[in-house]
Amino acid sequence: MIIELLLWPLLAGLAVAVVAGPMGAFVVWRRMAFFGDTLAHGALLGAAFGLAFGLALYPAVVLCCLVLALTLVALQQQQHIASDTLLGIVAHTTLALGVIAISLLPGVQVDLFSFLFGDLLAVNGRDILWLWGGALGILLLTVLNWRRLLSITVNEELARVEGINVTATRTLLMLMLALLIAGAIRTVGVLLITSLLIIPAASARRLSRTPVQMAVIASLLGAFSVVGGLALSWFADTPVGPSIVVAAATIFILSLALRRN
Amino acid sequence: MNIEGRVVYHRRFADYAAEAPATMSQSFAAPPDTDAPLVALRDVSVRFGTQTVLEEIDLALRPGRILTLLGPNGAGKSTLARVILGIVTPHQGQVTRRPGLRIGYMPQRIKLDDSLPLTADGFLALGSAGATRERRNALARVGVAHLRRRAVQQLSGGEMQRVLLARALLRKPDLLVLDEPAQGVDVAGQDALYGLLAEVRDEFGCGILLISHDLHLVMAATDDVICLHRHICCSGTPDVVSRDPAFRDMFPGHTATNLALYTHEHDHEHDLQGNIDCAGHHHDH
Repeated sequence: MIIELLLWPLLAGLAVAVVAGPMGAFVVWRRMAFFGDTLAHGALLGAAFGLAFGLALYPAVVLCCLVLALTLVALQQQQHIASDTLLGIVAHTTLALGVIAISLLPGVQVDLFSFLFGDLLAVNGRDILWLWGGALGILLLTVLNWRRLLSITVNEELARVEGINVTATRTLLMLMLALLIAGAIRTVGVLLITSLLIIPAASARRLSRTPVQMAVIASLLGAFSVVGGLALSWFADTPVGPSIVVAAATIFILSLALRRN
Repeated sequence: MNIEGRVVYHRRFADYAAEAPATMSQSFAAPPDTDAPLVALRDVSVRFGTQTVLEEIDLALRPGRILTLLGPNGAGKSTLARVILGIVTPHQGQVTRRPGLRIGYMPQRIKLDDSLPLTADGFLALGSAGATRERRNALARVGVAHLRRRAVQQLSGGEMQRVLLARALLRKPDLLVLDEPAQGVDVAGQDALYGLLAEVRDEFGCGILLISHDLHLVMAATDDVICLHRHICCSGTPDVVSRDPAFRDMFPGHTATNLALYTHEHDHEHDLQGNIDCAGHHHDH
């Protein structure tokens, strides 16, 4: 049926895109694209654990991303290794471990391609509920903590002096990001997630004058990208995840042409 | 009326103190003593790795007084301020803050990523929830009302400092901490700045901590001075400090007329440029 073929993927993609707007804005402002990449790579390890211990695949991925986010926050408190070096080590070690773990599991066939590039066409009604539940949860938390989140992004010391619990706020942001990334693996896959965070936010930068505007416009542009990507996939029979990224990149190039006053 | 209130209040305080055991006298939950320090440091030392940055610092910041930290670059002034602000935790010593203390902080400079679309007004709104009108007034007060809608990244160093000061003032602080407020400001601007600070002190009754490596106008504007070079070299009113040999060693151009009798035990050397060579615990000349 056409509903299952198009509507479910559309709803799933939109859930991710809407949250990726504000989260992507924070990723761009705080220059933590690599952080998102690391979480995504680690997700494969979560999938392997899930398979090994007979857990459901996506809950295991979500759990792994959350644990990894907390670990990274803790590791970044230390001063000995530069943050990007640390992230590079963790990202590729967890990815390698994930691939090894999956290859060692007897009788398990994991569609690595769908994991790396997304399998949006395979989502069902239950997935949609989970994705939108998570999306609304993250959006609510973001709205409730907006000033705090923005304040630590602008300047952590100033935020601390003004009475904001910087560590707790930063941890909240990382956990929301981890949750989004775990969900977004469905849409565009491990390798393309960062693009869904960064490209709409970067496009929105030229169109906005306030942080709120930038977050909202990024959500809208992300939604357009999902629609455009699905359309491209439908008419040209291209893989969905990469099509969404190409649509987002096209919007970015168009946004470059627009002049901001 | 004010005076009456104070008399009564002091009597009650004294009664309470008489009843309380001596050990409790430091930790009254009851009436805040108007002269009690906002922040007090006792025997505070800070190390970064193996390097000692601050040693055995004792100081108290009091309401309605301006205290200036003077010292050359690398003396640990900013670190000391960050201990007072609660950003840096000392590895030794005690920091006591008055409960509910509201601090306004003006850092030397802050760097914002270009990707963040933020106006000066939006920046102020992050510090305190208040009406637009209050933010406009705060900007006008520090003389940059026209920058309200300007992107923060487009502000010059001096303009940004004023916006930061406005953000600190909007918090109606009990304690205002300003890191190198006179940097990159011309003499007339400095004069205006110190005038404003005195005004703010009178209005809020707040304590002010100034950090400076430059002393000309500061000495006129401040109530107390601490000369810092990892440890406190000398402290007191500007008048007293400017006669101190440690002060004159630190700022050789600023000659005091009187030779003070007080001598200071020094464990570092000062060269002709006024830079202090602190490596020289063991002098080999």
